[in-house]
Amino acid sequence: MAQPQAKPEADLSLQVQDLHKSYGKVEVLKGVSLEARQGDVISMLGSSGSGKSTFLRCLNLLETPNSGTVTVHGEDIKMATDRHGVFKPSDAKQVERIRARLAMVFQSFNLWSHMTVLENVIAGPIHVLKQPRAEAIEKAKAVLERVGMYDRRDYYPSHISGGQQQRAAIARALAMEPEVMLFDEPTSALDPELVGEVLKVIRSLADEGRTMIVVTHEMGFARDVSSEVIFLHQGLVEEQGAPDKMFTNPNSARFKEFLSNTRN
Amino acid sequence: MGLIFEYRQILIEGTIVTISLAVLSLLLSVGFGLLGAFAKLSPSRGLRRIGNRYTTFVRSVPELVLMMLIFYGGQALLNDIGQATGLWGYVDVNQFIAGVLTLGFIFGAYMAETFRGAILAIPRGQIEAALSVGMSARQVFTLVTWPQMVRYALPSFTNNWLVLVKATALVSVIGLHDLVWNAFSAGRSNHALFTFMFAVLVIYLIITAVSDGALRWVDRKYSVGERKA
Repeated sequence: MAQPQAKPEADLSLQVQDLHKSYGKVEVLKGVSLEARQGDVISMLGSSGSGKSTFLRCLNLLETPNSGTVTVHGEDIKMATDRHGVFKPSDAKQVERIRARLAMVFQSFNLWSHMTVLENVIAGPIHVLKQPRAEAIEKAKAVLERVGMYDRRDYYPSHISGGQQQRAAIARALAMEPEVMLFDEPTSALDPELVGEVLKVIRSLADEGRTMIVVTHEMGFARDVSSEVIFLHQGLVEEQGAPDKMFTNPNSARFKEFLSNTRN
Repeated sequence: MGLIFEYRQILIEGTIVTISLAVLSLLLSVGFGLLGAFAKLSPSRGLRRIGNRYTTFVRSVPELVLMMLIFYGGQALLNDIGQATGLWGYVDVNQFIAGVLTLGFIFGAYMAETFRGAILAIPRGQIEAALSVGMSARQVFTLVTWPQMVRYALPSFTNNWLVLVKATALVSVIGLHDLVWNAFSAGRSNHALFTFMFAVLVIYLIITAVSDGALRWVDRKYSVGERKA
């Protein structure tokens, strides 16, 4: 519920400028920008096809934007146009390093099915952050307790519920000690009765001051937890601002319509 | 039985040739198969075309024809090059090496199809999750793709291996003294072809049974985390 305040540049965890993305002739993002300061919780709303998931996936280069810049803690992701005229990241090592700082939680969990919950959590720290195995396990225990999955650490993903899988996936992201967490519709694939347990975990992470960008359809969550709400419509930011203002007195007719549709 | 016992040495030698030929060809075919699968799944159109031509070509030509083409044709080609450049004199291509190369090349195409399907069977999201924590392409392969593709590939891999074991018999055509060749010559000179061919049958059955057991073990090892039906 904290209001975004003007903070010095150094506090900018993530800065995105004028992101464009097209699939063939369809322009999905038509120039979207965003600034996240340390501790910001930014909710991205929009109807399906508005480009919100694509935007999130461009931030860690799972999708390659056609133009625009992404800056993580002052470091620009280097992009260049190759000899075939394709705009793409020019430094694969830098992309890997930046991805490790932007942990992502997916709609469909995407746990590695041949690894136990614990193995899922320690894989990144061991192989990417190069932590010693014992240290990674120690830290994994803490994050698994944090999401209430410590008891299930030796289960394989196929043997636990969707809500538990998503909490394990959040633990996997937390174990990377990321600067920014990206949530891509984290509750959309869950049975209604399992949504609560996952939202509770995400909410508690927001409360402890983690910087996060959450693409979501959970209006209550966006309203109560975010420091800023961005409403995307047809690849553009239609309205953005503090949740209190946006939910009680929106400027945009489209956002009003969106709100009234989602309340039903 | 007495006859078989008397000729056991030649049968054992033949069996060793057959097994080492099959195992080495298998290793080579896994190499060709992985390269072929990556080529077929590559974002580069040129690589995809090479991969597709390889598998189409090999699968449409009889093994026997390819074998003779590579053995005799390869030898002629080597000697022509040697003569034209003066770099080397007459070379005799070793039948064993020619056999391994041919079988590895042929079965590589079948393995490429097997591996391609297995890689595609892994949910894309798991690859994205691996990328999203900052794994390199190589780490994604060794930590996420390989352990899962083994499981998906195994049934078809087992099939390829069994066909490969039997296809080794073709090398007797180019004069390699494998199990079939040895048994055939012993059988013919003793007028006891049936006895020797029966012994060959039993030996092939044993090889199959042993590999079946080994592959079951691999399957168990790589099936962790699978929901048992």
